[in-house]
Amino acid sequence: MIVLAGTGTFAMRASFLVAANRVANVPPGIQRVLRQIPPAALAALVVPALVRPHGSFDLAQGRLVAGVLAALVAWRTRSVALTLVVGLGALIVIQAL
Amino acid sequence: MKRFSPELRAGAVAVAPMLVGVIPFGLIAGATPVTDRFGGAAAVGFSTIVFAGASQLAALDALAHGGSVVVAVLAACTINLRMLLYSASISPYLTDEPLPRRLAVAYLLTDQAYAVSITQWSADADSRPRLPYFLGAGLLLWISWQVSTIVGVLVGSAVPADVPLDFAVPLVFLVLLVPTLTSRPALIAGAVGGGAAVAAAEAGAGPLYVIVGALSGIAAGAVADVLEDRGRR
Repeated sequence: MIVLAGTGTFAMRASFLVAANRVANVPPGIQRVLRQIPPAALAALVVPALVRPHGSFDLAQGRLVAGVLAALVAWRTRSVALTLVVGLGALIVIQAL
Repeated sequence: MKRFSPELRAGAVAVAPMLVGVIPFGLIAGATPVTDRFGGAAAVGFSTIVFAGASQLAALDALAHGGSVVVAVLAACTINLRMLLYSASISPYLTDEPLPRRLAVAYLLTDQAYAVSITQWSADADSRPRLPYFLGAGLLLWISWQVSTIVGVLVGSAVPADVPLDFAVPLVFLVLLVPTLTSRPALIAGAVGGGAAVAAAEAGAGPLYVIVGALSGIAAGAVADVLEDRGRR
């Protein structure tokens, strides 16, 4: 699994670097599609983890609240460490209540 | 080697502030309980072979939710599709480098190394050697990533069980997600991506929900981007 994921990732990284002398520019249409990948893929990972943490849709639980708090911290500070501290801290406090 | 060293150092210096974000991320990649299930060696193998944090966590996440190897690999590759864009974007600057060196660049290509290099290269017009700057940034990131993964593996099992460490994974994705939401198409891609992923999971797509969500979001964002361009004309 690791080797397959590594090979796929390397292939994508190497794609245009290897073809450098043949392909001058990425067509704008493809660039347009590639630009959407980070927001779409990351949201597809984050949102389900916040609204269905235990395998079914559920808004009345701590992870959504902690996640929204952490999103605010991420937005204001862009800091991984601070977001982790606030998000995990909030969840621990909520679970303890 | 000696004549390259100022450029190497400049690349490393430029990327150094970003380590504040990279190191906690690497710690989580080593320490997450999901990693724990597959063993520390798997985490370290992942970090050296794949060397792409978000995709490593996404693949482990898919496995933890019962996904097959194929699903996990697809999830990792979906996250890393953006590398195509980086590869295309930096290749014009490195056309004079021989193939083995370009392959080394490919291995070290990450969000951060890409960001500092493209900024530097598009600003200077002269023909100073470009490769060392990238290597300085890429190697510092690589070392930091490996060391923090290993430290994460070592301390992960020492974290008390009532700390919900598994929640750190979506939090890391959240930090990466927020700065990408800068335009209307990106917001639409994110909203549709998240919504479709939840809907797919509810509908019983199992661990495929990440891929369904990502592809829906990409399509919606691309359509929104086209419409926005048309609206401007």
